[in-house]
Amino acid sequence: MKYLDEYRDERIARNLAAEIGRRARRPWTLMEICGGQTHTLMRFGIDEVLPPGIEMVHGPGCPVCVTSLETIDKAIAIASRPAAILVSYGDMLRVPGSRTDLFHVKASGGDVRVVYSPVEALKVARAHPNRPVVFFAVGFETTAPANAMAIWQAKREGLANFSMLASHVLVPPAIRALLSSPHNRVQGFIGPGHVCTVMGCREYEQLAREFRVPIVVGGFEPMDLLEAILMLVTQLEQGRAEVENQYVRSVTYEGNRLAQKVLGEVFEVCDRKWRGIGQIPASGLSIRREYADFDADTIFDFEGFTVPEPAECISALVLQGRKKPTDCPVFAARCTPEHPLGAPMVSSEGACAAYYQYRRHMVAGAGAN
Amino acid sequence: MCLAIPGKLLTAEEHNGVRIGRVQFGGITREACLDFLPEASVGDYVIVHVGFALSRVDREEAERSYALLESMGLLEGELQSDLHDSESSPGGRAGAGGRPL
Ligand code: SF4
Repeated sequence: MKYLDEYRDERIARNLAAEIGRRARRPWTLMEICGGQTHTLMRFGIDEVLPPGIEMVHGPGCPVCVTSLETIDKAIAIASRPAAILVSYGDMLRVPGSRTDLFHVKASGGDVRVVYSPVEALKVARAHPNRPVVFFAVGFETTAPANAMAIWQAKREGLANFSMLASHVLVPPAIRALLSSPHNRVQGFIGPGHVCTVMGCREYEQLAREFRVPIVVGGFEPMDLLEAILMLVTQLEQGRAEVENQYVRSVTYEGNRLAQKVLGEVFEVCDRKWRGIGQIPASGLSIRREYADFDADTIFDFEGFTVPEPAECISALVLQGRKKPTDCPVFAARCTPEHPLGAPMVSSEGACAAYYQYRRHMVAGAGAN
Repeated sequence: MCLAIPGKLLTAEEHNGVRIGRVQFGGITREACLDFLPEASVGDYVIVHVGFALSRVDREEAERSYALLESMGLLEGELQSDLHDSESSPGGRAGAGGRPL
């Protein structure tokens, strides 16, 4: 338990781990959805303190990782235009497109700017009224209301040079796709605490009922995850399949109604292609027709943007919890955070990056240090 | 970019019909929109995601999860911005460009 030792509330964490051990009579496979949770699991070695039968597999909850190659290529195409300014969250810069990435476009003179918030993207647009400013907006339901607000505000101000290349994804349809797959092994889910801070818990109840699978909405601290795992194991051993909320500090049953309202005003549900996984029905958000003037997909002409994924990256299987990053033949060898071959190695919330940071010693000959 | 970070609300003002506050995250401050959380008032601890306050938390919770995010090195990516070159990054890490490249 060498990692957990560094945690302040180590004693409580150990007690929780012991309690999980007492309650688990059968083996169970559990998935955490959110990449931030994956990071904590690896950082504190929580997967290693669980009883041997309890296996954690890692979900697709990293928006950077699941943004399709086509969308990355579109962003690169926009950033390569002489007059345009592409504004993006920092994580997107190193995500490999089919030929290059935004970081290289920036290095060779493309105007790519990193912002931490859509509010800043609007500031860039106001400061450069004669240049098209495109905000490359990805994210789950946590991020979508903020991005929606930027479009709403741009329309209100009449900010004609601002548009958004939007690639938002939704968590419940992804869980549905995982559970519907004949390869599914997951028997219980730790729900994404910050997504549910916005959306509440209602959507997850339908999934729990339909697939008879327990879902515990969890936070991202070590104790949150251990408690959520304990709640899942308890439900599974008792034969229950309910939605429970471990992360009551931030999540209410209804979620943040104001955020949901803006989201629904600007976006509508659409089919979405997830990188590595493929098309998932009704799993994305696109910009409503009323706001089409701010939709980069309508403003710019993207013809023939379909590209195959690199064959050696097994991120599809990693993102579905069917393989661990360490099962990938190029993990920590030819694929590293400095030279990522696939998106899960890029983002700090990607499973491959988390394994690289905390578990690369497990791979023989991978040049660990 | 998917994390939400707790910080302390220092100011709250109205700009063109939008309520904007300054939120302190450890050594740095960032603007945050308060429109999704109208009940937030100065001195509160709020969970902020990409510049929008989403929920309120108590101080102890805020400090604990901030320390955790910092220890995991996850903050710099989250608060990274080209528009804030002069400010220092959390934990005294590399400049506003975030992760060393
Ligand atoms: S280690 Fe790299 S190549 Fe392998 S699955 Fe992860 S991102 Fe893809």
